[in-house]
Amino acid sequence: MNRIEQAFGKGHPALVCFLTAGDGDTAANLDALVEGGADVVELGMPFTDPMADGPAIQAADLRSLAKGTTTRDVLDIAAAFRSRHPDVPLVLMGYANPMVRRGPEWFAAEAAKAGVDGVICVDIPPEEDASLGPALRDNGIAPIRLATPTTNARRLPAVLEGSAGFLYYVSVAGITGMQQAAAGSVDRAVADIKAKSDLPVAVGFGVRTPEQAATIAAVADGVVVGSALVELVGEHGENAPTHIRELTQALAQAVHNARKDAA
Amino acid sequence: MTDKLNSYRNQPDEHGHFGTYGGRYVAETLMPLVLELEREYKAAKADPAFHRQFEDLLEHYVGRPSPLYYAESLTAKLRQDAPEGKGAQIWFKRDELNHTGAHKINNCIGQILLAIRMGKTRIIAETGAGQHGVATATVCARFGLPCVVYMGATDAARQQPNVFRMKLLGAEVVPVQSGAATLKDAMNEALRDWVANVDDTFYIIGTAAGPHPYPELVRDFQSVIGREAREQLMNRTGRLPDMLVAAIGGGSNAIGLFHPFLDDRDVAMLGVEAAGHGLDKEHAASLTGGAPGILHGNKTYLLQDEDGQITEAHSISAGLDYPGIGPEHAWLKENGRVEYTSITDKEALDAFQLLCRTEGIIPALEPSHAIAAVAKRARDMDQDQIILANLCGRGDKDIFTVAEALGVDL
Repeated sequence: MNRIEQAFGKGHPALVCFLTAGDGDTAANLDALVEGGADVVELGMPFTDPMADGPAIQAADLRSLAKGTTTRDVLDIAAAFRSRHPDVPLVLMGYANPMVRRGPEWFAAEAAKAGVDGVICVDIPPEEDASLGPALRDNGIAPIRLATPTTNARRLPAVLEGSAGFLYYVSVAGITGMQQAAAGSVDRAVADIKAKSDLPVAVGFGVRTPEQAATIAAVADGVVVGSALVELVGEHGENAPTHIRELTQALAQAVHNARKDAA
Repeated sequence: MTDKLNSYRNQPDEHGHFGTYGGRYVAETLMPLVLELEREYKAAKADPAFHRQFEDLLEHYVGRPSPLYYAESLTAKLRQDAPEGKGAQIWFKRDELNHTGAHKINNCIGQILLAIRMGKTRIIAETGAGQHGVATATVCARFGLPCVVYMGATDAARQQPNVFRMKLLGAEVVPVQSGAATLKDAMNEALRDWVANVDDTFYIIGTAAGPHPYPELVRDFQSVIGREAREQLMNRTGRLPDMLVAAIGGGSNAIGLFHPFLDDRDVAMLGVEAAGHGLDKEHAASLTGGAPGILHGNKTYLLQDEDGQITEAHSISAGLDYPGIGPEHAWLKENGRVEYTSITDKEALDAFQLLCRTEGIIPALEPSHAIAAVAKRARDMDQDQIILANLCGRGDKDIFTVAEALGVDL
């Protein structure tokens, strides 16, 4: 069983936490996520033009790039995380251009070497899979795709084909960190996906508080929290780890116990 | 390469690829929409009623066909400095005389008809110089649809007249503060709006770039420029031009002029990018100074660093100030059918003044780049040769920028 499968096989919903690489003391912040109980860690690759992101992650990307973060730095952060946390799944998330700049094979091989388990690329849909997907699969990295409220039943099989690791269900049509979807619509969407796939379904976009996370976790295999954590880095800088650990603990408790509490 | 192709006019393929460029690199939320637009555009293309309405509006609302004008005075002026017997005839396709003052309106008419066909009730757009924003606000007013235009805050500051025009036309203008607050940032923000309002909103993209089918449909709507020019020049001179010249930001006026001529092998074509302060300094020449990558829905040439981070473009012309280029131009560069060159801010300013003085035409700063390239090329061509350049916009909007650059206090 690989690391991602293990994370979703613990008998409770998984908490997936996102932070932007190179923003603040990233190593300490990532450690705080693990100490707080995150089951999967998503490491954002900063990009100058994050057009699917809301203000929080836009600002994090700019902070990171202003400090001079390079692709090499992101890979080094990943590799160091892997050596400190051999069992925690690590997923890179970002945009196509930095991933394909030196060729998809280079990126996939370097990510594999750094111990990355999966890659989420926001702007490579299944139709353009050839730009990155084959290189990831050849290197044993899971291409994690996104499904959204606009992904209809006719299209869903194309999204699932070639996906691995887990499916990231974007609960609202919109950008990261804004409004939250109604639990009812998420419940139906997750059920539709699970009827067609064995992949675990993690739900994200707009999940900020333990209460919201618990509501989503009651109907999904995992909950993704990003902007709320990223904001703590922006607000507290070098002192962020304490705050991140605290929020992650609260989120983890809510997510891990969501089904028990609902039952 | 030429032998392997039956035609340069049969791109893109069914997946929206121009060779290895183009495609549909968008977030999943937008994919179903982009596919729906493709289906709807195919249906519209096959619908004579759609064409009739498009052409009727172009004739009676936009004022097409735009004139084809022999710039006799400019031609004579350039011959003064040319070697004996040299100095090509210069003709202008006068799309600056269109309603709203630029070629942008051609595309906006086509796209708003598509939006209405698709039952969309809200329009968004991005704009650089403001010409596309004005054109979009114009068609929205004409068809009674609410309009939100995203404009980089830097651009909004240097194009105040166009900001006010858009507001007069009833549009909401949203200044975008992120990045360098220019065209690419406006496009990011328009995409963020679109992804959050997929049900009711149509995104009128202003250039022949973005996810498939935008590069194709914008090109098709703008191709009226080249079709008219071809017919007009044939009628007037009985021959085809020797060279076509057009300025390139995203590349819509250029592809609109070039496309109908692409299979006329004897017609040379020159696309002119903005070299800004110079190709070794800040510029906006993606093809001559960039590398292939993925941004804003398509694979194309981009200004970027070694890590794939997008670098800021610079041009005195807000309409050329974009770090990318339409994917069909990337393909035409690679197969060599079109030559691409670049012109600096200073050269464009000189050409701007040259056209004012010789022809009594105040051009926009965008086609001033084309005019500068024309002036360079004409002197090495024979006097019986013809250069046809696209005068894609008028310069009223730019007089403040030009005054500032010339050190004149208005």
